[in-house]
Amino acid sequence: MASHPDESGKKLGMWLFLYTEIILFGGLFVLYAVYFSRYFGDFKESGKTLNRLIGLMNTVILLFSSFAVAAAVTAIQKKEKKIALTGLATATLCGLIFLVNKYFEWGHKIEAGIYPNSEKLVSGPHGQNMFFGLYYVITGLHGVHIIIGMTLLIISLVFVLEGKVTSERFALLENSGLYWHLVDLIWIFIFPLFYLII
Amino acid sequence: MEAVPSFFETHSPSRYKGVWSWLLTMDHKRIGIMYLFSILFWFLLAVLLGGMIRLELMFIGQTFMSAEVYNSVFTLHGVIMIFLFIIPALPAIFGNFFLPIQIGTDDVFFPKLNLLSWYLYMAGGLIAIVSLFSEGFPDTGWTFYVPFSISTRTNVSTAVFAAFVLGMASMLTGLNFITTIHRMRHRDMGWMQIPLFTWSLYATSWVQLLATPVVSITLLLVIIERYFNVGLFDPAKGGDPILYQHLFWMYSHPAVYIMILPGMGVISEIIPVFARKSIFGYKAIVASSMAIAIAGSLVWAHHMYTSGMSDTAVFVFSLLTFVVAIPSAIKVFSWVSTLYKGSILMTPPLFLALCFIYLFSVGGLTGLVLGAAGTDIHVHDTHFVVSHFHFTMFGGTGFAFFAALHYWWPKMFGRMYDFKKAYIGAILLTGGFMFHYVPMFILGLQGMPRRYFDYLPQYEKGNFFAGFGAAFMIIGVFLMIINLWLSLKNQRDVSSDPWGGTTLEWQTPSPPALYNFITEPVVPDYPYDFSGVVERYSKDDKGE
Ligand code: HEM
Ligand SMILES: [Cu+2]
Repeated sequence: MASHPDESGKKLGMWLFLYTEIILFGGLFVLYAVYFSRYFGDFKESGKTLNRLIGLMNTVILLFSSFAVAAAVTAIQKKEKKIALTGLATATLCGLIFLVNKYFEWGHKIEAGIYPNSEKLVSGPHGQNMFFGLYYVITGLHGVHIIIGMTLLIISLVFVLEGKVTSERFALLENSGLYWHLVDLIWIFIFPLFYLII
Repeated sequence: MEAVPSFFETHSPSRYKGVWSWLLTMDHKRIGIMYLFSILFWFLLAVLLGGMIRLELMFIGQTFMSAEVYNSVFTLHGVIMIFLFIIPALPAIFGNFFLPIQIGTDDVFFPKLNLLSWYLYMAGGLIAIVSLFSEGFPDTGWTFYVPFSISTRTNVSTAVFAAFVLGMASMLTGLNFITTIHRMRHRDMGWMQIPLFTWSLYATSWVQLLATPVVSITLLLVIIERYFNVGLFDPAKGGDPILYQHLFWMYSHPAVYIMILPGMGVISEIIPVFARKSIFGYKAIVASSMAIAIAGSLVWAHHMYTSGMSDTAVFVFSLLTFVVAIPSAIKVFSWVSTLYKGSILMTPPLFLALCFIYLFSVGGLTGLVLGAAGTDIHVHDTHFVVSHFHFTMFGGTGFAFFAALHYWWPKMFGRMYDFKKAYIGAILLTGGFMFHYVPMFILGLQGMPRRYFDYLPQYEKGNFFAGFGAAFMIIGVFLMIINLWLSLKNQRDVSSDPWGGTTLEWQTPSPPALYNFITEPVVPDYPYDFSGVVERYSKDDKGE
């Protein structure tokens, strides 16, 4: 088989894949937009009960992790293997902290009786149910993407360690990085939509 | 022919033997052939299910299955035909096999991803089978409309998940094709030298890529609702069931272009070859493919005129629907003009292509009846609709699929089939088709609703007659497939260009060698220049 060392082709494929991910979330944002305009008051009230501090923390953590990944990609091109490894490890760790924060956030809400189909939500105002329904679905799906992203980062890390990702062949690392940026970007949309309604 | 062994004899990667040389192959041609057999299996199964639906409908009252079984059977028929046959058929089989060859390269850009897509396709089919045997196949129809799909006790989750997996397979194929066309074209091939089949796949791939995620998320939401009861589509909890329909059709209308565009591409290849005449309006066909892909994304709500929408929305969607008809009509005119004053060589692929033009035109014109809000409200959800979409999907894409099979079969397997049986099969199929679906138009206009297992006495005659049409149709399909199958026993003696084609696949041996081309392909300035072919054939006639 003829091999294709066409790195920009691989990147094109990755970009196409990222479009599909954006549209996947786009469907949910359409739902959000409709229910937001229908139940503006309830959305505002419910949004206030989310912990903005944790939300902000998570945003900062993800932004920082994106920086670490970008640094890793630049480092591998400059043959700085150690910096690349540190960057990847940092980003993965950030993902983990993000998930732990989310775990406590969700847990807190569930303790307060707010979860899909709970007594409190079903009997409460409709807008509240829609808000938290979308909150769980969207942040849940985003969480799944964080896990996928972390897996990709760990794989890249192992490959860098083994020397399979080098300054000549770094498409895997670069594409994992792109994926991580995407997950990050989606969070940048989620954060204001749920935490910062005013 | 040349002494170079074909891809059937050479494995890629070469370390695998026997069945592994297929299951682990990265050769786009082998993957195309694996798709061919798996898709044919599902198609024939669903044809038989269609026959069962018709048999049940032939006589009033219960004939041989209960109403519950009937509901599952038409759902299964629809789900298989849509997700396992018509969406993947042309891109996955012929796209995989011929796209790289038509652009003069040796494989798709991501061969491993290509194999993964095949496995996803198989997994999707398997999951669908599993849902048959656990709690029964869904009785919702292939559209999985809420609230019924969330409240019914049949196993909707598994079937929906199957559709989700199949969607991924189709998306990855699209991604692969776009990248391949951008990055791997022969260096002499500019955009306006790409054969029309490949162009149509390019447009299709974009639709696959941009629309499929919408249905993925919609289907995921159905599963989430079934397990967690969030209530996003449940009015009792503040949700809106109409939103489901919007999301569903935002994908599923563009999906009809995923189905038809490659079919149009096939016809655009076949017509000029057998008219020995350059295709009329190459650029118009390319532009209309892209126009269909774009405008087709904006008309989804014409499926929802009776669901509850503002009058303004109904007006806009109706208008846009009429606009989308224009590029499709441009193609039909191009094909007919290509035939005009051509030197026609009648063969089974051309015959099927001509049937396509006729049946697809009927489907397109009745589509306008449904696109106009006023008339649609009268025939919505009747057998008129069922007949319309069989004319476009079956008469259109289905016939394009058969035409492609007969056109490229000698190239794929190196063997020619029996023309006479192919014609008989095609005539039975087309005649049966008219006999089966024309009565359904009339029944629909008279008000017979779709998806019902029984009907009022006044619909008895039409349903009874349609039964004979279905029988002819099914016999025709099987005859055609069996005829092709029998050809595999023939000598492998097809020349590299049995029809007189001009696109690059006819420069490879039949069947092609492992890396397709034995000598560097020569890219013609214009893909449909038949002067050389006409010269060659007139020499043959004089016996020189
Ligand atoms: C021998 C061939 C076929 C026969 C006899 C047949 C018959 C039928 C009939 C009678 C129905 C209406 C069921 C009802 O509304 O109660 C139906 C539905 C349907 N058919 Fe076919 N059909 C055939 C081939 C095809 C093909 C080739 C396709 C697609 C390419 C197709 C796609 C569908 C779909 C999507 C539905 C709608 C199912 C639903 O309502 O959920 N059929 N078919
Ligand atoms: Cu439509």
